[in-house]
Amino acid sequence: MNDEILNVENICKSFSTVEVLHSISFGIRRGEILGIIGENGAGKSTMMKILSGVYELSSGQIFFEGKPVQIDSPQDAKSMGISIIPQEFNLINDLSVYNNVFLGSELLKKNGFLDKTAMKKRTRELLSSLEVEISPDAQIGDLSAAEKQMVEISKAIAFKSRILIMDEPTSVLTSHEINILFNLMRKLKEKGLTIVYISHKLKEVKEICDRVMVLRDGNFVLDEEINKISPEKMAQSMVGRELSQIFPEKIKPEEKIVFEVKNITVPDVINNISFNLKKGEILGLGGLVGAGRTEVSEAIMGIRKISEGEIYINGKNLKIKNPEGAVKAGLSYLSEDRQGSGIITSFSVAHNTTLVSLPAYSDNPAQWIDKPGELETAEKYKNLFNLKTASLQTPLEFLSGGNQQKVSMSKSIDTKPQVLIVDEPTRGIDVSAKQEIYHFIHDLVQNNVSCIFISSEMEELIGMCHRVVVMKDGEVTGTLEDTKITEEEIMLLATGITEEDA
Amino acid sequence: MDAAEGEKNTNIFMRILNAVNWQKNASFIALVFLVILSSFLSPYFLKPQNLINIMRQVSYTGIIALGMTFVIVTAGIDLSVGSVVAFTGSVVILTMNAYLNVYNNEVFAIVIGFLVGLGVGGLAGAFNAVMITRGKIVPFIATLGSMAIFRSLSLFIGNAGEIQSHNELYGSFGMGSFLMIPVPVFFLLGLGFVLNLILNNTRYGRYLSAVGSNQKVALFSAINVNKIKFIAYTLTGVLVGISAILLGSRFNAVSTSNMGLAFELDAIAAVIIGGTVMAGGRGTIWGTIFGALILGVINNMLNMVGVSPYLQGTVKGLVIIAAVYVQKQKQ
Ligand SMILES: Nc1ncnc2c1ncn2[C@@H]1O[C@H](COP(=O)(O)OP(=O)(O)OP(=O)(O)O)[C@@H](O)[C@H]1O
Ligand SMILES: [Mg+2]
Repeated sequence: MNDEILNVENICKSFSTVEVLHSISFGIRRGEILGIIGENGAGKSTMMKILSGVYELSSGQIFFEGKPVQIDSPQDAKSMGISIIPQEFNLINDLSVYNNVFLGSELLKKNGFLDKTAMKKRTRELLSSLEVEISPDAQIGDLSAAEKQMVEISKAIAFKSRILIMDEPTSVLTSHEINILFNLMRKLKEKGLTIVYISHKLKEVKEICDRVMVLRDGNFVLDEEINKISPEKMAQSMVGRELSQIFPEKIKPEEKIVFEVKNITVPDVINNISFNLKKGEILGLGGLVGAGRTEVSEAIMGIRKISEGEIYINGKNLKIKNPEGAVKAGLSYLSEDRQGSGIITSFSVAHNTTLVSLPAYSDNPAQWIDKPGELETAEKYKNLFNLKTASLQTPLEFLSGGNQQKVSMSKSIDTKPQVLIVDEPTRGIDVSAKQEIYHFIHDLVQNNVSCIFISSEMEELIGMCHRVVVMKDGEVTGTLEDTKITEEEIMLLATGITEEDA
Repeated sequence: MDAAEGEKNTNIFMRILNAVNWQKNASFIALVFLVILSSFLSPYFLKPQNLINIMRQVSYTGIIALGMTFVIVTAGIDLSVGSVVAFTGSVVILTMNAYLNVYNNEVFAIVIGFLVGLGVGGLAGAFNAVMITRGKIVPFIATLGSMAIFRSLSLFIGNAGEIQSHNELYGSFGMGSFLMIPVPVFFLLGLGFVLNLILNNTRYGRYLSAVGSNQKVALFSAINVNKIKFIAYTLTGVLVGISAILLGSRFNAVSTSNMGLAFELDAIAAVIIGGTVMAGGRGTIWGTIFGALILGVINNMLNMVGVSPYLQGTVKGLVIIAAVYVQKQKQ
């Protein structure tokens, strides 16, 4: 009992009448890194939101340092020393980085005015401890998902806390940033911080955690010291069955080139990018955070203005001015920033599914929407991706993160594109659903679709792609093919460090 | 999915459905309550003539509020509607008079006046739309500016006085009734019917909500955000034009300094009381019509119980604040 900093007894949580946590009890040991894993919708985020005062528990008791406590608000949690990195970004787009880091706990000068200099200085220190180059004055709205993630991390560690909860902090980070984060976590742990770590990347859990607990359908089904369990065993215990081959067999693409970008440049962002995509090919884009992979897709989709260069689809030169034009030309993009640019959280599952493909459901002079057809489609994807939702009318804000991602994926493929660009397609998705998505993309490329696959997960790039284009600082540094696609080769090109240097 | 889970799932669905319905019906329930209250306060209230009068009175701002609903669903606002009513009304009458000076055909004059009204209103709306979409000026400021511009222009062309129409037929057109129901009420209900269908069943309606809910997501989802906004503001301008034509014919004249004064307040109030969310993304046309009627009934009731007309603004203000407060509590 004594070595537990926090424990909970018989916690239940219901939304309306649906119980999602069924009388959960567990303890967090002082100074440990506790991994919590489980399928999408298992209740991980809900549990952590209860501990950080976002949700109220329906019944049960929380003990902090052995004493019963009530955590009614995020302020309560903060004052007890519990801070959280939420799964979905909780940042204000119109404010600068440093203002977000200190939001609600601004540093003041003696005269009561904001001490901007001190806040900026501290923000710069925090960011440099994470080894990222983001200006404290940058606007959140201008940052990429990974950069936003780094700001969230800085925000959580800006103040001394005793328990740090991290809800999928690495879902958009590449192994480089993840290593930096892990080193930081180890340092914090040495200083006595207790960390709860939620992730779907089981190898990371194995690497960083001391203990792992598995949540399935609102119950804990396993609690094991980390050295007694393998990632495979974790996966098995999460989904309750053995998983077959994760990645499908690669099938050689045709020689015909369906899509090509030639020397495209977006000033200050990407420079002189060229690559092509063959019919039936999955082409990976690799690189570190900030390498410009997302920016390349945004330029292709007409979201960023290209100053130079051309885009060809089926040999035809395309002038894409906006996403509307891109979609009409047969392109489709799955954004990495789920809630920022992918889905509308107040829209239902069905309405999100047809958000881009709506013209196909309203193809008549009055543009009248075929609602039954829309529901049919949503139902199809629900079954395909094993979506966990109360109904197709449920607004997305009531779905778990991974399930929101599945809807975002459905939305992007429902336009029946020729070229599908997916940016972190499996962000926040559990192992079994990941497998489904891999096989789904594999089937798509067998059926006249070609795919540009952006991922920060090496394993995905290696397991899925026929070729991988690696970028660094907005430029292409190399292309890898077949057996040359290895973690070492990708990192080499991504960091620009040759083996002799290292 | 096992049976128990299935049952739980329908339960949460029913709950959400109930909540939505309650929200949708809140303004209707409030209206019914007010009507019952008023009929107790005054025996004249339920007289058909009085009810018809209320309907007529609310239709001028009600028609504008329909467009305002669309604008607010995009998370925008249009403050210029009152001034545009005065400006359009003035131009319509001046055009008809000029026409009648040359040709002697009152029916044709009305047709031309009508078209000019729609055109001028639409252009004024398009002017707002261009400032907001191309100029990237926030709607509040852009329409605050055009509010000043159009009021001043109408004062200028009418020398700050009244513009009389020389068309007798125009005067009787707007005061006319069909099946006991005044012409403006027909417009309000007819337009409401169509716009409700557009908002709930067409691609444009869905896109309006998308733009208002999250503009960046809408943009990434291949929605032409500027076009959607442009249509919303231009449509509002056209509806303002219709309102101006009907209002001008009511007196067969326009007072350039008074016509449409504070209409933006009434229109926005109707939208909010009707349950449309100020932050955008969600709205209801019938709610707006109920909201307009609620304001009309309150005014009528205050008149009948003899409350000073100067205090009516206070009551209206309190109702708006209360409506927004209730909205906030529900979120
Ligand atoms: N605000 C809410 N209202 C209603 N239901 C909710 C709400 N938040 C979560 N749920 C439901 O609770 C269940 C657990 O969700 P939770 O977000 O905790 O899952 P999770 O384990 O974090 O999943 P993921 O791995 O996808 O992030 C899900 O079935 C979800 O639909
Ligand atoms: Mg979660």
